[in-house]
Amino acid sequence: MMIGYQRSDGRKGIRNVIVVAYLVECAHHVARRIVDVSADMDVHLIGFPGCYPNEYSLRIMKNLCTHPNVGGVVILSLGCEGFNRAGLHATVAASGRPVETLIIQERGGTASTIAAGVKAVAAMKEVIAHTPRVPLKMEDLIIATVCGGSDGTSGLTANPAVGKCFDQLVAAGSTCIFEETGELIGCEQIMAERAVTPELGDEITACVAKAAKYYTIMGYGSFAPGNADGGLTTQEEKSMGAYAKSGDSPISGIIKPGDHPPSNGLYLLDVVPDGEPRFGFPNINDNAEIAELIACGAHITLFTTGRGSVVGSAISPVIKICANPETYQRMPDDMDVDAGRILNGEGTLDEVGAEIFTKITALASGDRSVSESLGHQEFILTYKSFEPVGPACLPVRARSA
Amino acid sequence: MTPKDSSQLILLHVKDNVLACRRKIHRGDALSIDDTRVVASGDIEVGHKLARVALHPGDVVLKYGVPIGSITQPTGIGEHVHTHNMKSDYIAITTRQSTGEEASS
Repeated sequence: MMIGYQRSDGRKGIRNVIVVAYLVECAHHVARRIVDVSADMDVHLIGFPGCYPNEYSLRIMKNLCTHPNVGGVVILSLGCEGFNRAGLHATVAASGRPVETLIIQERGGTASTIAAGVKAVAAMKEVIAHTPRVPLKMEDLIIATVCGGSDGTSGLTANPAVGKCFDQLVAAGSTCIFEETGELIGCEQIMAERAVTPELGDEITACVAKAAKYYTIMGYGSFAPGNADGGLTTQEEKSMGAYAKSGDSPISGIIKPGDHPPSNGLYLLDVVPDGEPRFGFPNINDNAEIAELIACGAHITLFTTGRGSVVGSAISPVIKICANPETYQRMPDDMDVDAGRILNGEGTLDEVGAEIFTKITALASGDRSVSESLGHQEFILTYKSFEPVGPACLPVRARSA
Repeated sequence: MTPKDSSQLILLHVKDNVLACRRKIHRGDALSIDDTRVVASGDIEVGHKLARVALHPGDVVLKYGVPIGSITQPTGIGEHVHTHNMKSDYIAITTRQSTGEEASS
């Protein structure tokens, strides 16, 4: 039975994590030491490296620190950086969570701030141990998907198997999010036909065109050398494989990083910044995408890999689905699901999709994923800028955002 | 996904002019492609593609029934289709050796 943590905003978490959040690279070491000394797999490190303020990163940090999987927050500031620490603190406090802000310059430096932080985490653990537990339904869950280290098997096994799982989740009332419009270049027409309204279809086409333009200016597509080693030849071939993760459900809307899907169903996350490129690549690695999916409320991320990614994430667990049977043989201890067996005739897409569904319910019942058990808590957040989505992007507004 | 006669290959869509390898193909392996028997001219790794028919420069490559790029070099039936004889029709890919500027030029 799935038992969650009840939050004051009505949402429910599957974890009760204490987040230690640094607000500039200068506070990173102190924050990391607090997490290390606390030595608890549910104390996680997140942070933002830049000294200059940025609306996007403030919004993402606020959403992450009030994510339903988070029970309490310790904020680490050097003291002189531009991040709006008071705004972040106030948002967490208003959510009813315990929060403490430690300013290194006012706390006597490194050692005394680490000691204060360790004490704050220990005290917070006592408080959040009393968080009300409630039954979880499939409707309560937001499940995201991402692919990383894709190869020619990704689009044959793991990605369509996630698509099957997504169809099953949507039918069960869950909310599903897929993303990376830069990896959907070439799929825009068939994707637009799945939109719940023609106007949303036009928005889907437009946001893929935005991604193609942005990546062209960057000079690189969303395509790593390992993708080619694994048999993918072009961006559009990779896209077709990646697109299979979305399944066959109607697309209910487009959201941007930090937006909460306003209803259940399937949503596309537009991760490519708006306007002229200002801060570089849309997402500098897979974890940048995972952090954005979690900021949209994702409880679990389904991560498909052909070449063999090992990453997990802070805050929300990652389920690793291996597409390539040879990769699975090389690194089985990093994989939750062996989807590559489909190529050997030892399973069908439906069977693997059902296995992923079962993993989700097991994780929501307290089981740990492989990357979680191994201590993977990767996190990265960098500068970006977005305009809010237009009204045509969200035709369904069954519950308020 | 329809397994295509010899179990090494998968035809993903009836319109496709490439086949995907479901396991590694070794040079000299006998391949049966539709009604044609060919001998593999080189090793081809799992997940990679080979030509279902003879392909010519400018031909659009179809996989999953949709265009995924076009052919740049003459390619015989059963031969490996990859970056050496095929390109994107959207955005150039990059290798570990190339910079972004070279790739986009």
